[in-house]
Amino acid sequence: MNLPDQAPASHKNVINTNIRSDFALITNWVSSNAKVLDLGCGDGGLLTHLHHVHTIRGYGIEKDDVNWLAAMQNGVNVIQMDLEDGLSGFEDHSFDTVILSQTLQAMHNTERIVQEMLRVGREAIVTFPNFGYWRNRLQIIAGQMPVSKTLPYEWYNTPNVHLCTIHDFDDFCKNHNITVIERKVITDTNDVRFMPNWFGNLAMYRLRSAK
Amino acid sequence: MSEINSVGIVSAQTAHFSAPLTLKSGSVLPQYHLIYETYGTLNADKSNAVLICHALSGNHHVAGKYSEQDKYPGWWDNLIGPDRPLDTNKFFVIGVNNLGGCHGSSGPSSINPLTDRPYSATFPVVTVEDWVASQARLLDYLGIEQLAAVIGGSLGGMQALQWTIAFPERVRHSLVIASAPNLTAQNMAFNEVARQAIITDPEFHDGDYYNHGVVPRRGLRIARMLGHITYLSDDAMGAKFGRKLKDTIKYSFDVEFEMESYLRYQGDKFAGEFDANTYLRMTRALDYFDPALEFGGNLSAALAHVKAKFLVVSFTSDWRFSPARSREIVKALLDNELSVRYAEVTAAHGHDAFLMPDSHYHNILRAYLQKVKV
Repeated sequence: MNLPDQAPASHKNVINTNIRSDFALITNWVSSNAKVLDLGCGDGGLLTHLHHVHTIRGYGIEKDDVNWLAAMQNGVNVIQMDLEDGLSGFEDHSFDTVILSQTLQAMHNTERIVQEMLRVGREAIVTFPNFGYWRNRLQIIAGQMPVSKTLPYEWYNTPNVHLCTIHDFDDFCKNHNITVIERKVITDTNDVRFMPNWFGNLAMYRLRSAK
Repeated sequence: MSEINSVGIVSAQTAHFSAPLTLKSGSVLPQYHLIYETYGTLNADKSNAVLICHALSGNHHVAGKYSEQDKYPGWWDNLIGPDRPLDTNKFFVIGVNNLGGCHGSSGPSSINPLTDRPYSATFPVVTVEDWVASQARLLDYLGIEQLAAVIGGSLGGMQALQWTIAFPERVRHSLVIASAPNLTAQNMAFNEVARQAIITDPEFHDGDYYNHGVVPRRGLRIARMLGHITYLSDDAMGAKFGRKLKDTIKYSFDVEFEMESYLRYQGDKFAGEFDANTYLRMTRALDYFDPALEFGGNLSAALAHVKAKFLVVSFTSDWRFSPARSREIVKALLDNELSVRYAEVTAAHGHDAFLMPDSHYHNILRAYLQKVKV
C-alpha cells in the first residue's frame, strides 16, 4: 500500500502482538497443500508461515518496492501490482484461499477487492481492526480520532480510509451476497465472544460467495 | 563505469557447427558458426552456466573490454562481474552473437563457405526459435546440459522465454526483462518503417550491397533514429534534451535542437557499424515471435510444459514493451502454477531502462540470482 512517509514501510509490522494470533487463526482456516494468494503480503511472513505449517502453494501480491524485495528474498512468489486495480490476470476460482490481512481499511476500492477475492478464491479470509472497539469509541466520545495499537496513525497521516466496525462488515456481507463461513474476534491474543463489536480489536472473517 | 568488479580483459571464441540446422522457415543452414564470450569459471558439475540473450542490436560482447584502450565495455557490463548482480565468482556467463548477426556469427555479412562470398540476401530469415535451437547446440559444444539461468531483455527476453518452452529440462531459471509474449501491431509497425527505410535506400541493391561496394547508410540511419525514439520515454527525452537549441534558431533544416543532434549522432554511429541485412532479420524475428499462435492465441497453453522458475521485470515508462505485456507472461505462468516473481520497476528511461544500473532494479536481479542454486 502507499503509506505516508511518517509511517513504517509496512503497517503489518506495527501490530506485532496481533500478528501472531492473526497468523495462527488464519493458519487454522487454510488447508494443507492449499493454493493461497496473500494480498498485500508485505515481506511474505504469513505465506512463509503457512508454507512451514501446511506446505501451501503460495503467491503474494505487494505494491511497495521495499516489501516486494523482502518478500522475494524470503523465497515468496511475489507479484508487484496495485490491489486498487483489482485482480485482473487471475482466473476465476484459481486459488483455494485468498487472504487480505489488515489491509481492507486502507483500500480505496474496498467493495471491488472483496468481490475480486471471492471471484479468484473459493474462499476468502479478511481481517481488519474493529473500529467499534471500546477504546476507539471512548477516544471519539472524548473528541479525538482514535490512535491505538491496531490503529497506530494520527488522522493526518493514516493510510486507513475505510475503517469499519464488525456490525458494518456483517451488513456489508449480507448486502453483497457473501456467506460468512466463520468469524473470529480477538483482542491481542484473546478470543472475544461477549459483545465482540465492543470488546474485540481485531476481526477475522472466513468468506465465500453465496452465489 | 568503475573498473572495480569488472570481468577485465576478455576475448571472443568461435564455435563451428557442421551439422545442418533446419530453420523454422524450412530453410536449412548446412553449416554455421557462432561467436561467443564467457566470463567466470564453469564448475565441475557444469551447473553454474548462465546464458545472456541479446536484443536487436546486441552481440556476444556483453561484459569487459578487449583491451585497456577500449573506450566502452560490453553492452551489459554493469550487470556482470565479480560481486556484481550477475556474480562471476558464482556463475559461468555466456554471451553469444545470434545467427544472422553481424558481429562474428554466421549472418548476411559473413562469408558463405560454399560460395566464398558474403551470404548477403541469401542468408535465411531466422526466428527466436532458431536462435534458441542454435544456442542449445552451443551448450552441447561447451558440454553444458542445463543452464542455471537464461537472461534477456526485450528481444533477448523472448529468447529467455522460448528457452523454457523449447527446452524445459535444460533451464532452471528464466529472467525475462522488458519483454513481451509477442509484438503489438503498433510495435511491428515501427519495425516495418525501419525496414522500409533500409529496403528503399538506393544503395540497398536487394540486400546485395556488399557486392556493389556500398552500404545503405541512409536507411539504416533512419531506422536507428526511429528505434531510439521508441526506446526512450517522452519524459526521458524531455529531461535529456527538452527544447534545448544547439545554437540560436537559424530557420533552416540543419540541426537546430539538441534532440536532433543526438538522433543524428546515434544514427550515424549505428550506420557505420551495423549491417542492414542483420537489422532486417532482427526486426523480423521480433515480429514473428508468438509462442501462443499455434495454441489459438492461448499463451497459458503454450507454456504448459514449462518447468523453469521465472523472474519477470518491466519498467513503468517503457511503452514499447509495456508492463501490461509482461503481465500477460506472468498470467500465463500463474495459470500453469509456475514459480514466478514479477517486479514493475518505476523508471523514467523507457525501454532503455533495462540496460541502466538503477539500484532497485539491480537489487532485484542480485537478490534473485543469489537464490539460484548452482
